[in-house]
Amino acid sequence: MSGTPLELVCPAGTPGALRAAVDAGADVVYLGFRDETNARNFPGLNFSRPELRDGLAYAHERGCRIYVAVNTFAAAGNPDPWHRAVDDAAELGADALILADIGLLDYARRRHPETRRHLSVQASASNPTAIAYYHEAFGVQRVVLPRVLTVTEIARLNAQIPVETEVFAFGGMCVMAEGRCVLSAYATGRSPNMNGVCSPASHVRYEQLGGRMVSRLGRFTINQFPDGEPAGYPTLCKGRFVAGGCAGYLFEEPTSLDASTVLPELMAAGVRALKIEGRQRGRAYIAEVVAAFRRAVDAAARGDPVPPLGLGGMTEGLRETTGAYAKTWR
Amino acid sequence: MVPAAKLTLGPVLYNWPAEVKRDFYFRIADEAAVDVVYLGEVVCSKRSSFFEPYVPEVSERLARAGKEVVHSTLALIMNEREMEAVRALTAAPDLRVEANDISGAALLAGRPHVIGPFVNVYNEGTLEVLVRGGADRVVLPCELPAGSLEVLGRAAGNAELEIQVFGRLPLALSARCYHARAHDLHKDGCRYVCEEDPDGMALETLEGDGFLAVNGTQTLSHSLCCLLRELEALRDLGIGCFRLWPQSVDMVAVAGIFRGVLDGRDDAAEAEARLGELADIAPFSNGFYHGREGADLVAGGTFSPVG
Repeated sequence: MSGTPLELVCPAGTPGALRAAVDAGADVVYLGFRDETNARNFPGLNFSRPELRDGLAYAHERGCRIYVAVNTFAAAGNPDPWHRAVDDAAELGADALILADIGLLDYARRRHPETRRHLSVQASASNPTAIAYYHEAFGVQRVVLPRVLTVTEIARLNAQIPVETEVFAFGGMCVMAEGRCVLSAYATGRSPNMNGVCSPASHVRYEQLGGRMVSRLGRFTINQFPDGEPAGYPTLCKGRFVAGGCAGYLFEEPTSLDASTVLPELMAAGVRALKIEGRQRGRAYIAEVVAAFRRAVDAAARGDPVPPLGLGGMTEGLRETTGAYAKTWR
Repeated sequence: MVPAAKLTLGPVLYNWPAEVKRDFYFRIADEAAVDVVYLGEVVCSKRSSFFEPYVPEVSERLARAGKEVVHSTLALIMNEREMEAVRALTAAPDLRVEANDISGAALLAGRPHVIGPFVNVYNEGTLEVLVRGGADRVVLPCELPAGSLEVLGRAAGNAELEIQVFGRLPLALSARCYHARAHDLHKDGCRYVCEEDPDGMALETLEGDGFLAVNGTQTLSHSLCCLLRELEALRDLGIGCFRLWPQSVDMVAVAGIFRGVLDGRDDAAEAEARLGELADIAPFSNGFYHGREGADLVAGGTFSPVG
């Protein structure tokens, strides 16, 4: 089967990564401002207003678009940083806003009706009625689907909704429904929804104990590694825990999502765009992953077999999964 | 004048056998000092059919006892069957419904309804939109600190605000069933192993510390949230409804303890000690209210970590 290429939506956490993504063939680069208004609020990452202005110029000159994620939930009593993020992105000429908070969607619709609004994965809109609500109430034109649906469910969903869908194709993978997980806040007091962080480095400790390295998040042990085994980052849901007397990766092994093998199926399911996760990643990573997906997306559009991406060295834990796209994952 | 505080009983989140659940609700109807009772399967649609035959007699008995009965929807709706269940619930004109996904709120628009704690209401902008849509009570997410509750309390207008004051904290939802996974099963052939754990399956760290509890596709805290000592402050912030999540402890007695403090009859610290003896399945936590790690227990201005 051939068809219109999937739109390739690529991450950037720095101006250098933005240029790398554009040069490697991204159709769109998505990014956030340097504060708690976006869901990758990491130290040293993200864009100032002048950096966004320059990034927009660089991208637009090369036929590439920029989406700005303002996808955390505005703090009660202090909506200004979120309102300013929406205002500035719209006024600087961003091609779309990626939003999750109902109050903020309402604000963006009223203040900037001409700027496209996309629904962030953080809104966890997983069914046609929810998506129709966001479309009718706030004029949302695209939904980033939660990583909970199978390809079959995505196809059924697309047949019932009046908006475009975008799905995650590659990178770190939440095993929980996005926007509906406060595990990080339980252990650290800092959450994706309120602070734009999950399992933040500020709360991570590694401790050498006997013959093993112990990784902790807050005061909770997330994993232990015998000497010689590389100690992974203690993302809470990728930890090793004990249930019923057995220790193991109860939620998920430290794997990465790789949906490249199901690109033709995603096209047939009516998906419009593919999203690559990783605004925290460096320039070299972005360049390589984006270039590989450019080849894959173009091959799928021609109806050719999708070539192997050759990204094995790039994935977390050096393992890949198609995640929720296959029903057996559940 | 501040209206009287309401004590509410959230829906049973765990897979209790249907007859156990029926008898639990009969006893709640006859003996518990709660004003509102929420019924329905929130976590896993595979469990929904078990209790459905008992819903009419249970809701009738609760209503006869003077309780407001609210029917809760599923929280994560991923397929047509689950969507149909929400449509059926919201289509019944006389039922009072709690929407735990925005789809439920959309279907209930224009008539009074409750927004459940699995819909993200973090700020006054979102609260206003949902109240405009007909919500007359909003159950807030468990991670909100006192400062946010205060702002929302001022912005709520005539709508009631509800927060959890007792029980394990509902921390996450997933498409994947961790109960099945822990038993080397898939969700489709899960054998309903979640029924073995009436308060969820304990999940400990490799060092043996209690950390989380798994309830099928849901993950909860190991600790029991307890906001007995914060009740008075919560009332001052404009919170009018206080939710107890059912655990496999004497919930009639739990309700009695909270009622005594809410009515000003009992001292909160002394009541907390009694609650600790009654609900001894896990230590208490109150960190989210105090703007800290949810697992923390802040006691009288001092801070003491729980295991």
